[in-house]
Amino acid sequence: MAKTGWVIFAEEQCKGCELCINACPKKLIFLTERLNQSGYPVVGATETDKCTGCAMCYLMCPDLAIKVERWTVP
Amino acid sequence: MRTLMKGNEAIGEAAVRAGCRCFFGYPITPQNEIPEYLSGRLPEAGGVFLQAESEIAAINMVFGAAGAGARVMTSSSGPGISLKQEGISFLAGAELPCVIVNIMRGGPGLGSIQPGQADYFQATRGGGHGDYRTIVLAPCSVQEMVDFTYWAFELADRYRSPVLVLADGVLGQLMEPVTLPPELKPDNGNKPWATTGCRGRKRNVIKSLYLNPEELEAHNKKLQEKFGLMQREVNRAEKYRVEDAETVLVAFGISARISMAAVEAVREEGIKAGLLRPITLWPFPEGILQSSLPKAKKVLVVEMSAGQMVEDVKLTVSGKLPVYFYGRTGGLLPSAEEIQTQIKLLEVKVSERSLCQA
Amino acid sequence: MNAVFARPRAMTEQKTHYCPGCTHGIIHRMVAEVIDELGIREDTVGVAPVGCAVFLYNYLDIDMQESAHGRAPAVATGIKRVLPDRIVFTYQGDGDLASIGTAEIIHAAARGENITTVFVNNAIYGMTGGQMAPTTLPGQFTSTSKAGRNTQSAGFPIRVSEMLATLEGATYISRVSVHNPAHVIRAKKALLKAFTVQKQGLGFSMVEVLSTCPTNWGLKPTEALAWLEEKMIPYYPLDEVKNRLEV
Ligand SMILES: Cc1ncc(C[n+]2csc(CCOP(=O)(O)OP(=O)(O)O)c2C)c(N)n1
Ligand code: SF4
Ligand code: SF4
Repeated sequence: MAKTGWVIFAEEQCKGCELCINACPKKLIFLTERLNQSGYPVVGATETDKCTGCAMCYLMCPDLAIKVERWTVP
Repeated sequence: MRTLMKGNEAIGEAAVRAGCRCFFGYPITPQNEIPEYLSGRLPEAGGVFLQAESEIAAINMVFGAAGAGARVMTSSSGPGISLKQEGISFLAGAELPCVIVNIMRGGPGLGSIQPGQADYFQATRGGGHGDYRTIVLAPCSVQEMVDFTYWAFELADRYRSPVLVLADGVLGQLMEPVTLPPELKPDNGNKPWATTGCRGRKRNVIKSLYLNPEELEAHNKKLQEKFGLMQREVNRAEKYRVEDAETVLVAFGISARISMAAVEAVREEGIKAGLLRPITLWPFPEGILQSSLPKAKKVLVVEMSAGQMVEDVKLTVSGKLPVYFYGRTGGLLPSAEEIQTQIKLLEVKVSERSLCQA
Repeated sequence: MNAVFARPRAMTEQKTHYCPGCTHGIIHRMVAEVIDELGIREDTVGVAPVGCAVFLYNYLDIDMQESAHGRAPAVATGIKRVLPDRIVFTYQGDGDLASIGTAEIIHAAARGENITTVFVNNAIYGMTGGQMAPTTLPGQFTSTSKAGRNTQSAGFPIRVSEMLATLEGATYISRVSVHNPAHVIRAKKALLKAFTVQKQGLGFSMVEVLSTCPTNWGLKPTEALAWLEEKMIPYYPLDEVKNRLEV
């Protein structure tokens, strides 16, 4: 059974600390050049089809800026 | 029915009857009979008695219990009350009701275990950091220790504020017959602000931190309004033979009892003396004092300190009459004879003065 | 969809005031998740410390009290004794718990006070600007140990968990870390156990969480995680230090 996931960033919560970048085993997360209203650079994800929904990024985010949904596909 | 009780134990019993089921304290002479009494009485009544690791811990346990909505008390003396001051400031800032008993002893420092009244400033000026006051009640008999402890709980809840009962080592050890008040149910009352778990309501937060200056100023204004209300509503003092008195003594607690004897004695000799005994030390009963001086030519303040309440008396009299002071420190009580001598000396002083002025 | 990882119910929507990458936020979230999983949100009273986590009451959607510096265990004792059927916990930094509040935590544990303590050890005083803490490592640079903590004059860091474990009243004590996802998962399990110990009325429980203070350590958040792993864990070994009842 394969797993697939979806990661969503709440940009206004993000402080650009990069802890999620480090945590992502697929290296899908990167720091963008966008600044949020608090002035922090925010993260984004590429090749999101590779996301397995492991939620490692969620576990490491101190600011609840990440939501992860996971499906198990038969 | 009257029961013979020791002052300190009477405070403990009065607290239980006021519905207090929670006591946190740390041993220190001369107040030990309060925790000793409650260590038996409270568990019997289904309450909590806990001997804390220090007065600091005790006052912070009081904070937690008060925040959880309970009627709660602590007691101590001298050094222990000093240790509690940070906690009292937090209680005042967070607007939590509780009763704190100080059975005063001699200071400064370790001082002595003999009685004293030198914690007047500490008690009436808030005692800890920041702009706050606490109501201070000064009993002068075992009956009043009962009545004022009972009353203190009511005031604490009414104003959401710590209330102090300020007595001394003599009163604590005194045995007198007392009438005990009826027992109130330990009703933690209507305290919708208490932190009891947010079942069926929005969460409650108890705090004293306001980092935003405007918010803190608004909080302080609200506190000051409350202290103003206390000043208008809580004023009590006892007048004794002041109507025609030319010398008005002002004394509280045990000093007042001795001063009363001195007033009687000099009256026998034809000296018109009277006594005003402040019962609420804060709010200081200014109006009652002012109305106690219709014929007064001078005021004599008697304290077991180097002179503390005398400052409030001077502020109240505001230069209209001479204010004299007589005090003993070190754990010594002023005797009635000493006070009589002082009153007589003042007779001379004033007549000398009028001679000079003539 | 089989799983969602998102803001726990027990957290408010408010953005935290923490510095970027400060792991206080991870620990807050874990506490909230545990509260949700045990279904105790409406039966819990939390006690916030003085330290960077003082605003915990803004972030957890539960009843809370703010305590004086170091006194959270005493405040929690007062609450718990009045409300024995509620879940009461403290959340404290290492300055708060291991320095000014040493007496309160030792005696709460010794009494077997049925409360839970979340002890956040970041080896420094965060809120006041990075001064030396009782947990600061030998040689560690802080604003009051500019040449590195000198054990000759400043003594040695305290291992609080081991110290408290010697007390009969302490039922469950564990030291965990949040420097990577695997450890976050373990830390959460420890917190769940600690709260469960309290729920079952078994006595004092504490989880010491090794945490970062990137700002005052002068490191990037990711570097701070590495520093924690390399420097702190050897001195503060991760372990279930005490599990008296094998919960
Ligand atoms: C009685 C008292 N002393 C000192 C302070 C100042 N103070 C505030 S927070 C703090 C240290 C907090 O450090 P820690 O507990 O390690 O928490 P952190 O901020 O690192 O999370 C100090 C000393 C205070 N508020 N009260
Ligand atoms: S861990 Fe959270 S706050 Fe930090 S960069 Fe990632 S999304 Fe942003
Ligand atoms: S100062 Fe340190 S402990 Fe405080 S919020 Fe910043 S990183 Fe966290």
